[in-house]
Amino acid sequence: MSTDQVIHLEKVNKWYDDFHVLKDIDLIVNKGQKIVICGPSGSGKSTMIRCINRLEAHQKGTIVVHGTELTNDLKNIDLIRKNVGMVFQQFNLFPHLSVLDNISLAPIWVKKMPKNEAEDIAMSYLEKVKIPEQAQKFPGQLSGGQQQRVAIARSLAMNPDIMLFDEPTSALDPEMIKEVLDVMIQLAEEGMTMLVVTHEMGFAKTVADQMIFMDEGRIVEQASPDEFFNNPKSDRTKLFLSQILNH
Amino acid sequence: MSSTTIQIISRSKYYNWLVKNLFSSWVNTVLTVIALIFLYQVGSFFLNWAIFDADFRYNFQGELIIDRGFCSKNIMPGEYGACWAIIFARWNQFMYGLYPIEEAWRVNLIYALLPLAIIGILFDKIPFRKYFIYFTFIFPFLAYFMLYGGPGLSVVGTNKWGGLLVTLFLGVTGIGLAFPLSILLALGRRSKMPIIKSLCVVFIEFIRGVPLITLLFTANVMLPLFLPDGVNPDNLLRALVAVTLFQSAYMAEAIRGGLQAIPRGQVEAAQSLGLSYWQTTRKIVLPQALKIAIPPIVNTCIGLFKDTSLVLIIGLFDLLGIGRAALADMTWTKLYYEVYVFISLVFFIFCFGMSRYSLYLEKKLKTDNS
Repeated sequence: MSTDQVIHLEKVNKWYDDFHVLKDIDLIVNKGQKIVICGPSGSGKSTMIRCINRLEAHQKGTIVVHGTELTNDLKNIDLIRKNVGMVFQQFNLFPHLSVLDNISLAPIWVKKMPKNEAEDIAMSYLEKVKIPEQAQKFPGQLSGGQQQRVAIARSLAMNPDIMLFDEPTSALDPEMIKEVLDVMIQLAEEGMTMLVVTHEMGFAKTVADQMIFMDEGRIVEQASPDEFFNNPKSDRTKLFLSQILNH
Repeated sequence: MSSTTIQIISRSKYYNWLVKNLFSSWVNTVLTVIALIFLYQVGSFFLNWAIFDADFRYNFQGELIIDRGFCSKNIMPGEYGACWAIIFARWNQFMYGLYPIEEAWRVNLIYALLPLAIIGILFDKIPFRKYFIYFTFIFPFLAYFMLYGGPGLSVVGTNKWGGLLVTLFLGVTGIGLAFPLSILLALGRRSKMPIIKSLCVVFIEFIRGVPLITLLFTANVMLPLFLPDGVNPDNLLRALVAVTLFQSAYMAEAIRGGLQAIPRGQVEAAQSLGLSYWQTTRKIVLPQALKIAIPPIVNTCIGLFKDTSLVLIIGLFDLLGIGRAALADMTWTKLYYEVYVFISLVFFIFCFGMSRYSLYLEKKLKTDNS
């Protein structure tokens, strides 16, 4: 096993009651890799990345993150969640807290950081996502794009070494997508390990070093972007690509 | 602009309002007139009875009223006029029950401090709020010491408590104790742990399925069975247990409604940041859920405050019980209207206060931060 390997999924299976969502998923992610996952809705792509920080539990197979296996052991789950950040389609900012409090909350309560130190860190990440002037506002007063950037800053403030993105731009108006993608591209350039569920194929071509196509709970195709876009092997992938690239 | 022009402008403003709202069509005009006649009849009758034709401490001859025979209008058939003297004569009992009158200053002190003890919880933008909250937590111990007695103060058994003291004691303490309990019940009902969940469901559904009167009887008769020998809690404490359990079940359902309105994504976001269950609950879920649940919570509080009058059937003298005792007194017999109107007024003041507070909060939270 290479020491660079940060996530390892082996024969992962998951069911919702009778519905088999994930079927024998095998995946290895190395440090610094950017993996873009696409596929039709209901294909299990969101579920797969939500298993990596245990927002969903898998029933069979093993998931190892940073050498820690995800089981029902709460200690392991906490350990992994501290190192794995997540950004959601619906932002999920805390509406009753100011932007600054949204970001400094977890450093204060999970890392037991003093309040001013946590707020300094929060401000530095707000500058990184280019909205420091919004610090005192509440989420409801921001545009969708700004909210998503706050959500990214909130995740980064815990200093994770893996970031999971679950369709981060799907709920945004078209003119706001770019501002979020720019932040993500910047993050990729800084060497963050990223798993991104998205249909933004332009983004995928720019940053991905692995493309994954999922359908009906399986990984149908895994390839470099070059091969994936220019020479897809499976018919299912070809069909999907033709649908989303030519609409 | 001279003052007459201002008057004319404002008068025409009222005129427009009147025309628009009360006399816009002939149907509206007829309804307005009928309503005005009705209001005039009822209102003038009530005001005459309650104020203009009423005796207060002295009758129309200027004599101090010491029994029913002194009331100016009450003995004459067909003449109406309240005799409020009963309220004055029984004032101490309405306020303190049979609490020794030389010790009544202790009750008065607690009445006076009660607003200070709750103001910190009710309003979040008052100066020195932190200290008010500290006082809130000291207050129950202070109140217990002052009311019941202890070192340096003579003991006044709860069998001597009565009137407004019992009503407020049961209402405020019942609501205060039920609140934390109901949060735990509501969280428990949504728990993924089957035993905790079923315990909470059974508790809530059982309490909600039983009338408060039954619970009061049950607490009165059965509570001693569950306690070790020799521990014999007094009647008021038994009633308090019943009232608290009853209120907590209803409040738990109100809070559960708030919890259900919180999107799943809020919990997921908190979890993905590494917050524990209790951190997530305290920092993310409850602040939002309680905001949503405020109107139904206040609703149950108003209900409970009125329901405390049911304790008279287990032999406690709350405000209503004291009123009925006053009516049983031959000196004042048959002054039903005066007693019940007075008791209604006291209940109304407290319940209307709670209702206005709930409205104030709803308005405030609507404009607040989202």
